Amino acid sequence: MTLNIENFIASLKFMWQGMLCIFVVIGVIILSVYLIGAITAKADERKKAKQENTDNN
Amino acid sequence: MEILYEGVVELFTIIGLKRVIMWLIGGLLIYLAIKKEMEPTLLLPMGFGAIIVNIPGVYEGALKTLFEAGISNELFPLILFIGIGAMIDFGPVLSNPKLMIFGAAAQFGIFFTFSLASLFFTPEEAASIGIIGAADGPTAIVVAQKLLGDSSTITGAIMVAAYSYMALVPVIQPPIIKLLTTKKERLIRMPYKPKNVSKTTRILFPIIITIIAGLVAPESIDLLGFLMFGNLIRECGVLNSLSDTAQKVLANLVTIFLGITVATQMTADKFLSPYTLLILGLGLFAFIFDTAGGILVAKVINLFSKEKLNPMIGAAGISAFPMSGRVVHKMGLKEDPQNFLLMHSIGVNVSGQIASVIAGGLILSFML
Repeated sequence: MTLNIENFIASLKFMWQGMLCIFVVIGVIILSVYLIGAITAKADERKKAKQENTDNN
Repeated sequence: MEILYEGVVELFTIIGLKRVIMWLIGGLLIYLAIKKEMEPTLLLPMGFGAIIVNIPGVYEGALKTLFEAGISNELFPLILFIGIGAMIDFGPVLSNPKLMIFGAAAQFGIFFTFSLASLFFTPEEAASIGIIGAADGPTAIVVAQKLLGDSSTITGAIMVAAYSYMALVPVIQPPIIKLLTTKKERLIRMPYKPKNVSKTTRILFPIIITIIAGLVAPESIDLLGFLMFGNLIRECGVLNSLSDTAQKVLANLVTIFLGITVATQMTADKFLSPYTLLILGLGLFAFIFDTAGGILVAKVINLFSKEKLNPMIGAAGISAFPMSGRVVHKMGLKEDPQNFLLMHSIGVNVSGQIASVIAGGLILSFML
């Protein structure tokens, strides 16, 4: 069993790129979830306001 | 009569002895499944399958057909993902999306092990070994199959390691968590403040995740797409019957075939090699560094955050759903019977499920 140092050094590039990519993707997903939450919350508020107006009329 | 005689005689040759060793390994897996209740849905079929495929001439039988029909083309793991997606409630993570950071951090073991395994194996083999750290059997199978194909001698060891270590999460993780955290840190309480997650958010979540991950790592789309499809069936509210079937009947059915079919890779000639021990060691290494990655990132966040996190929840980012989340919860209760970390740890745990699939896709993108 021989140690392949060249392979190891080449793989270090994948290590940092892989971890960076994962954090970026997860970051984008987190932002998207906050964005969906904000949009749906506003939509719900509008819906409630509309419903209240209808009830008052 | 001659056939019977040949079979018995072969047992007293070197090849026969290797087959007997594989029967013992199969027996051990069955023992662990029944007596220790370690991932019995998979270890039991795998153990029995290991016995079957090491009976001379059997590999050419129905199991080979099943392997070609379901593992060679990655169909079984993908279908299983529909069931897993239907089982997962993303509520805790939608309620506190920041938890997803730990899911990402806990994939460190995959890439670190990939690098380490590169010292001994080809890049494709090393990548397949690293993915054991995904703590996710179906992802490990898909990545190993895509990178190594049917003829590889190490696929069996990778699959066995992936499933065995998933079962061993309650044994592997606690010592690492204790080693990397102080008593004071383990006592940190994290009150759960659930936010109301709208049905629209729950429906949009699987669709958006699929699009984002698909754009960045197109190779993950098979796995993630099926996982999120299962979740969409669950959350849409109009397919309750399909959701129920996916969670129970479909998942159980595929698991039965998956376990026994994976065992086709456990033939004596492929499995009994020094490399198998090395792969098992590297797989353990991946689990350890995944756990450490999640914990250490939680500790770093604590340095800058006013509201302290219990760093133990970082360990749940290792995927292995839901065992890892439960392990962290139990450890929290052991330290302080009033400290309920379950919702946080499960949130991190489901994030780990998503992140591990993305990691698998990234590895495939790098290698293919």
